[in-house]
Amino acid sequence: MLKNLFMTAALAVSLSAGAAHAADTVKLADVAELSGAGAAAGAVWHDGVKMAVEEINADGGILGKQIDLVAYDSQTDPQNSRAMVQKAIDEGTYVLLGTVYSSSTVVNMLVAMQNGMPQITGSESPTITAKNNPYIFRTAFGAQKGLPKLAAYLKNVVGAENVAVVWANTEYGKGGHDAFASVAKELGINITVDIPTEQAQVDFAADVAKIKSSDADAVFVYLTEEESARFLIEADKQNLKLPTAGDTVLASQKVIDLAGKAANGALGHVGLTTEAPIPTIQKMAADFKKKYGYGADHNAIKGYIGVYMVKYVTEMIGEFDRQKFADTLHGLCLDAASHPGILMDACWDNTGEMSRASFLVKVVEGTQKITATLPAN
Amino acid sequence: MPEFIQIMISGLSAGSIYALAAVGFTLLWQASQTINFAQGEFVMLPAFFVLALMSFAGFPLWLAILAAIALSVLLLGAIFKRLIVEPMISHGTLPLVIATIALGLLLKEAVKEFYSPLGQPFPSLFPQEVFVVAGASISIPDIANFIIAMGTIIALQLFLQRTRTGRCMQATAQNPDVAQILGVDVKRMVLYTFLINGALAAIASVLITPVYLAKFSNGEVLGVVAFTAAIVGGFNQIRGALVGGLVIGVVDNLSAIYFSAEYRQAVPLILLIVIILVRPQGLLGTAEGRTV
Amino acid sequence: MTPKNIIFAIVAVGLLIIAPLGQGNYITYVLCSWLLFSIAAMGLNLTLGYAGQVSLAQASFMGIGAYITALMTLNGIHWILAMPCAVAATFFVGLVLGYPALRVQHHFLAFVTLAFNTLVFLAFRNEEWLTGGSFGLVGMPRPDFWVFSTMKQLPFYYFTLVCFLISAAAFWWIVHSPWGRAFKALRENPIRANSVGVDTRRMTLLAFAIGSAFGGLAGALMTPLVQFIEPGSFALVHSLKLLLMVVVGGAGFFFGPILGAAIVILMPEVLRFTEGYYLIIYALLVIVLMVYSPTGLMGLGGKVITRFRPQREVRKDMVQGAQL
Repeated sequence: MLKNLFMTAALAVSLSAGAAHAADTVKLADVAELSGAGAAAGAVWHDGVKMAVEEINADGGILGKQIDLVAYDSQTDPQNSRAMVQKAIDEGTYVLLGTVYSSSTVVNMLVAMQNGMPQITGSESPTITAKNNPYIFRTAFGAQKGLPKLAAYLKNVVGAENVAVVWANTEYGKGGHDAFASVAKELGINITVDIPTEQAQVDFAADVAKIKSSDADAVFVYLTEEESARFLIEADKQNLKLPTAGDTVLASQKVIDLAGKAANGALGHVGLTTEAPIPTIQKMAADFKKKYGYGADHNAIKGYIGVYMVKYVTEMIGEFDRQKFADTLHGLCLDAASHPGILMDACWDNTGEMSRASFLVKVVEGTQKITATLPAN
Repeated sequence: MPEFIQIMISGLSAGSIYALAAVGFTLLWQASQTINFAQGEFVMLPAFFVLALMSFAGFPLWLAILAAIALSVLLLGAIFKRLIVEPMISHGTLPLVIATIALGLLLKEAVKEFYSPLGQPFPSLFPQEVFVVAGASISIPDIANFIIAMGTIIALQLFLQRTRTGRCMQATAQNPDVAQILGVDVKRMVLYTFLINGALAAIASVLITPVYLAKFSNGEVLGVVAFTAAIVGGFNQIRGALVGGLVIGVVDNLSAIYFSAEYRQAVPLILLIVIILVRPQGLLGTAEGRTV
Repeated sequence: MTPKNIIFAIVAVGLLIIAPLGQGNYITYVLCSWLLFSIAAMGLNLTLGYAGQVSLAQASFMGIGAYITALMTLNGIHWILAMPCAVAATFFVGLVLGYPALRVQHHFLAFVTLAFNTLVFLAFRNEEWLTGGSFGLVGMPRPDFWVFSTMKQLPFYYFTLVCFLISAAAFWWIVHSPWGRAFKALRENPIRANSVGVDTRRMTLLAFAIGSAFGGLAGALMTPLVQFIEPGSFALVHSLKLLLMVVVGGAGFFFGPILGAAIVILMPEVLRFTEGYYLIIYALLVIVLMVYSPTGLMGLGGKVITRFRPQREVRKDMVQGAQL
């Protein structure tokens, strides 16, 4: 009670002390995996966030206020991410960006929810939007939306009936595995070999050998970047001829860079790719490459879009109000033509889940080739 | 059956590289009672030396590798001994264990901050050709890795047994006080051990990284494998570490297929516990008397 | 206890009581986390610093405690009943893990406990029917004590503080009892300890069991604090973190692990201005500390004091702090 009184008083003082002083910046927190096992994803996401913030600030900020971006390192530790979200809220962030790893997001989103803090996450695990949290919003749709598209492709175009599934035995991989398993059941695809692998596993010889001696006619891979590349390299070495498909990661530029020619032929369903035949994305990717010296990936695009979501929605409501922010974003559609920072037309539903067009890609001669553009679902 | 042959080959190829790391681990223990918890990072790092020399200094691959081995011998051998092990050797085992844990963290974080948090592709040293023998694919890198790793260890064994310096090093490892009395330059012999460990780590790094990719966190896996191999084989024998490396490489692969993919990590560790409790000197080791 | 000690204790408790006042939720959370890790580190200090048995499995005991508490409280059993179960279970598992210590020492023991930690992690992750697998368990309630609800952060801090003070008192009593001296005798010279009538077998097992039970209590507190547990929080790297806490603070000193935990938990805060480099700086500081003062920060403080005020040599098993 006393504390509330103080805060109200402090707020009144700061408001009356001159709008010019208090009004020139708005705080935006990015809680990301800047160290630990998830640094590869989190650091790139954060670079995407930074780039968008700099663009927006150069362009006059949000409602005339410059964005004051504050980075918080979750160390890829769910407990620490929770503490960092708490800290970001204590320090008065307007909206919260992050985290990328779903194992962290499922924990820290509880804190954001308790504090009525809108949170824009990079996680793609199905569980995130299944928890009735009215403050969580995605920057990329969950695996449960992408996998039916991929499974249908495997069955109808590739003609696969028996599929081997290789997945990372983590929160991320398990989510993808379970989503794929339920879709496969619906479509009548038989999972013949089911291989969980360790986080940061380096040796995939046994896993490939097991698939090779099975009767699978296609492989579904749900691993993170380095592990996907190691799997492809080993599969190439053991001469595994089966069509290999994955969601987002498998056919990403990072995996192609790592696996070299072993990545050729890999099929993927990707929600976001810098190869997309969309001028806004290609411009963003080129700017990113120029600025940071390495190629953007889906995580960079997610971070970039996240910041622009904050800008567009806030300018739509015309004030910095968290509750209105969340209410407005539910059921909102933003088109890229009038909101270029969103890059592609996107809609959010009442759970914070998003929908957006996506692409089927195939790796040919070391580059992603888009074979089909799939409508948003 | 082809599956079994396949994983035996893959296991032996990977195991021979584990053996390199394990031998280095064993040597340090013998010479100075150093339990190097940063051994995994020692294997992770030289690959980044190669990458850095190629991209920033424009070295060709072979020169970059030679320079990386030299750098490892200097940094992971001489400097490691001079700055960390030497001042702490009188403090007992545990502070040194803590210091090497911190060193591992330091190397890992430094690579991440100053090079890249992302995995990096690493050029292959050998043509990627594959032969099919009895249904199993054998690649030239597999065979080459095995031959180079084994050759290195055999050469090291010959050096220790056949040369004067090598025998002095063995004497130092067995009993530094007596060696000192007999006129062996104990300090120099201990230094040699550290230099050799630096070189072994660099060779292992260059062999393993084309498949494992260069990433700052690779040491976490490799470190555990190295000491498991060292203990299973025998902590006080080079031959032991060699066999330990091969055993772990094969057991890891076998358990992934025939036991449980979810518990594949558990099998080498259970083997480790059983060996320690039943035969602490390792499969090939000789009893050390009461362990200290 | 000398009067000086009593005054010191009163001042310290007073400081702990006022520490979270006027602070945000985050600082209060960090303080809770510090108290909790102090309890776990205290346990490890008993095993390692006092009895000289190297254990790299303390995080797995926190995990066992945390999962037992989580499963029981999720099923509607009050924390006050779940906690003793967690402590008892970790005590017995610790007893079992102590058996290898009867056969092997030092580095071998370190590897056995390290392997044990990873096995426990794998069980947490793979036995999904019980532990929720890699998704973990979520939504554990915070305990309610009739009129005192710990749902809010500040009451939870005081709840943690009470548990911490009870643990610290228990720890103080153990190390100043005949057991404490037997532990130290075991550390300094097990053969002599045996010859003067210390049952080294029993004391070794007890050192493991009691140390593990402290870990179990810390885990039982972590469950309601975080309200989410997953296997990764109890992986090997967290055992190494706890080991660093104990040794950096000063193994074998009463306040060593409390100081060490403060440093490991608060260091990222203090070094925030260095951005991504704080782990590098932290690692460097640990190495430098180990080179200059293998007995940790407490030992370093002692060294400085002795330099200005030389003291008499004391009996090895009476002195605080250990060089292991």
